[in-house]
Amino acid sequence: MWLLEQADAAAALPEVVLAILAMALLMFGVFRKSDPSGVVNLLAVISLALAAALVVWTGEPRAEAFKGAFVVDTFARVMKVLALFGSAVAIVLSDSFMKRDGSQRFEYPVLILLATVGMMMMISANNLIALYMGLELQSLSLYVLAAINRDSARASEAGLKYFVLGALSSGMLLYGASLIYGFTGSTSFAHIAEHLQAHEAGLGVIFGLVFVIAGLAFKISAVPFHMWTPDVYEGAPTPVTAFFAAAPKVAAVALITRTMVEPFGAIVPDWQQIIVFVSIASMALGAFAAIGQSNIKRLLAYSSIGNMGYALVGLAAGTEQGVTGVVVYMIIYMIMTLGTFACVLAMRRNGHMVEEISDLAGLARHNKCLAFVFAMLMFSLAGIPPLAGFFAKYFVFLAAVNAGLYTLAVIGVVTSVVGAYYYLRIVKIIYFDEPKGSFDAMDGEVKLVAYASGAFTLLFVLPWIASPIIAVAAAAAKSLY
Amino acid sequence: MSGWPILSVVTFLPLLGVLFILFVRGEDATALRNIRWAALWTTIVTFLLSLLIWAGFDSNAAGFQFVEQQAWLGGAASYKMGVDGISMPFVILTTFLMPICILASWHVTKRVKEYMIAFLVLETLMIGVFCALDIVLFYLFFEAGLIPMFLIIGIWGGPRRVYASFKFFLYTLLGSVLMLLAIIYMYWASGTTDIAALLANPGFTPEAQKWLWLAFFASFAVKMPMWPVHTWLPDAHVEAPTAGSVILAAILLKMGGYGFLRFSLPMFPDASVYFQDFVFVLSVIAIVYTSLVALMQEDMKKLIAYSSVAHMGFVTMGIFSLNRQGIDGAMFQMISHGLVSGALFLCVGVVYDRMHTREIKAYGGLVKTMPLYAFTFMVFTMANVGLPGTSGFVGEFLALMGAFKANTWVAFFATLGVILSAAYALWLYRRVVFGDLTKPALLHLPDMTPRELATLAPLIVLTIFFGAYPAPILDIFGPTVETLIKPLNEAAAAAQALASASLH
Repeated sequence: MWLLEQADAAAALPEVVLAILAMALLMFGVFRKSDPSGVVNLLAVISLALAAALVVWTGEPRAEAFKGAFVVDTFARVMKVLALFGSAVAIVLSDSFMKRDGSQRFEYPVLILLATVGMMMMISANNLIALYMGLELQSLSLYVLAAINRDSARASEAGLKYFVLGALSSGMLLYGASLIYGFTGSTSFAHIAEHLQAHEAGLGVIFGLVFVIAGLAFKISAVPFHMWTPDVYEGAPTPVTAFFAAAPKVAAVALITRTMVEPFGAIVPDWQQIIVFVSIASMALGAFAAIGQSNIKRLLAYSSIGNMGYALVGLAAGTEQGVTGVVVYMIIYMIMTLGTFACVLAMRRNGHMVEEISDLAGLARHNKCLAFVFAMLMFSLAGIPPLAGFFAKYFVFLAAVNAGLYTLAVIGVVTSVVGAYYYLRIVKIIYFDEPKGSFDAMDGEVKLVAYASGAFTLLFVLPWIASPIIAVAAAAAKSLY
Repeated sequence: MSGWPILSVVTFLPLLGVLFILFVRGEDATALRNIRWAALWTTIVTFLLSLLIWAGFDSNAAGFQFVEQQAWLGGAASYKMGVDGISMPFVILTTFLMPICILASWHVTKRVKEYMIAFLVLETLMIGVFCALDIVLFYLFFEAGLIPMFLIIGIWGGPRRVYASFKFFLYTLLGSVLMLLAIIYMYWASGTTDIAALLANPGFTPEAQKWLWLAFFASFAVKMPMWPVHTWLPDAHVEAPTAGSVILAAILLKMGGYGFLRFSLPMFPDASVYFQDFVFVLSVIAIVYTSLVALMQEDMKKLIAYSSVAHMGFVTMGIFSLNRQGIDGAMFQMISHGLVSGALFLCVGVVYDRMHTREIKAYGGLVKTMPLYAFTFMVFTMANVGLPGTSGFVGEFLALMGAFKANTWVAFFATLGVILSAAYALWLYRRVVFGDLTKPALLHLPDMTPRELATLAPLIVLTIFFGAYPAPILDIFGPTVETLIKPLNEAAAAAQALASASLH
């Protein structure tokens, strides 16, 4: 502790602990003779839980570290717990899958831990340098994770594609950051905010802002920077895809939210129009492009593109209400996504994964519970009440309408109807079509994740679940304003 | 007011039945019988409990009764339930028709467990729509009903069920999402989602009212359904199983009319006056055009579906005549149509179960083998035509009277619809029941079974009773309608004053 305080890093205790644990696990894995992956998986989940506990129970409401480059507030705490949770569930989902596959490696959970450290850094970044550091730590781990199954050509291609496009986006982000630094004189979010309050935002700052948003939009796979998503989602092993769709998205959305609201809070109209455009494009592309997909993972990739569009609707409002909407959206989105991927992991026939949507035909006859959970998750993703997904959309549109963004709201709800078509198609295949033969028995942990997620989506409407989550989201948003 | 939350109990009681059915194991005959009886008893108990609402209802009061309120969604909306004269009849109609639907589905053999669960969940959601006193809660129930109905049409429907279920779902959803945005706007403009508070003090500017009215109209017009967005209905009706058609025609369509009366008229009075002629035109087209289309149908269910659209035209016409007679007529027409169209679909179901075809051409001369059926079918055909002495007459007559007061030409053209409805309904009856019994398949058809009689007999009694003595229903919503039209009259007077001022 003393050492941390000397280094002005006390507020970053959870990150430091998690990083040390990740390295310890790496050593443990290397020196252990027998296959260590199962033990390391377990220890990694415990590490994540420990980090989450540290996030929740340490420090003052708002603390800074590294001379203000790193900030911990309620917003950061909520998003960090969410990201840690998403990472832990992703490890849990991978365990049996990779053992059966013969692709289990102890590096896998370690890389997830390192990526998670990067995410926590992103969420707490209060400085352009810290932002970039967190982003790169996370991204580099993700590139390797995408190609973790190195004997598979598909996975290697996915990893490489992700890496090349990711490097490009990092370059754009850095270029934008350097412009902003040049025109405001600082990389610190607080200083940039002060500068923009005192001075008119010149063309240089706006130019830099556009590049920064482009770089960040890439990380949340928002249109027009989405091209990598379907290929990577399809190519990566399914548990890795589940991980990609959940925790990193939460971290990146948290990052873009803080970056827009804190340093650029004085020039909302300037970035609002960009976010509105990106949001509309993502919602529309996500809805229309998913219709033609036959591979469930590709379809979910487009679904996640669309979902990011909806999350950005809240950010586009540029208000505290909007940030509340974003936080609620991300909480619900993450739980739904993990549940959906757990269902996809259950699509196993004769020991092999099947990924075509048509393979789901008649699932409702063989496995009523799984079919019901899958169908409810699809209705929820389509935003049909009383399921959780409806409330996610409700809160972002609540903010958008209050901010007067009527066009955005109308386009948003109309694309949600288009999107409902392909979600319904899955329900139709599960419930209406003739059965194709049953799936293998589900692994215990996959079943647990799928059912828990299904229960959450179904019961979110109850005041005992909805009210606390909304209250937490509101508190998180408040800490940014 | 009684001490226990009777509305919530009635609303959520069917879910208790769902829970029970979930615990029934197995697929054998005993299990199936248990499931059917569990569903039937659940709906019967729900109906009996809902009668307590009627018994405790004070029909002289105009406000909401049996109000319950709980915090929900962290202040952005609340769980508030209550009924007034407009919603209470629909609650009773729903609970009354559900046991009949379950009985009518007694011979469903495909996935019985899911079938009964879907219907019970649907019942909860339908009652919820009519009891909700918070617009977000209303929207929740309103939209959630799509899920079980989608499954009912898609799993237990006819050959083109997939097309019909998608069309039903997406059409209705598209209309409703615009209403959701309007609801959100109303929340920001007035700071509340409480329907009672919004009714007491709507206070939206005339300009905003027009947009809000259109957004709500998008949803209710599709649900109603009004011409030209009615095309999902014939498909959904034809493909849905019998009980699904009954629910669709008798209750789901009424949500549109209920929505107009609950939201559009009292909350946007200026816009309602402004759009009156627009709705009149659509209603008259619906009445005349869809009646003509009904004349040409080969499929019995499709014919009744188009006749439903025409009858809903009378309802929208009555509602937007914006006077006491018109709205009374529309309300009565909705209740009566709930009984009559439901019964007509049951009648089609009776012969469909025997012959497995709905082609009108496949029938003829049924009066010789099925006299009891011929009589039942006749009663409902006459009620559908609007013969005096049946409940169909009261509603149509009042709606026409209201329209006559508002706009004579509208009443004139709408009356053509009455003639046309007699044409298609009687022609259908003639082709199915009369004529020579020549088709060999029809020679040995058994008459109605006691179970079928049990489903239809209560409907016959009510159709004739309310036709002869409509007062019990009219009295329920009288005071509510009276308060409803007050702001409308003011808005109409203001619009008139504005028009005459601009003339001078």
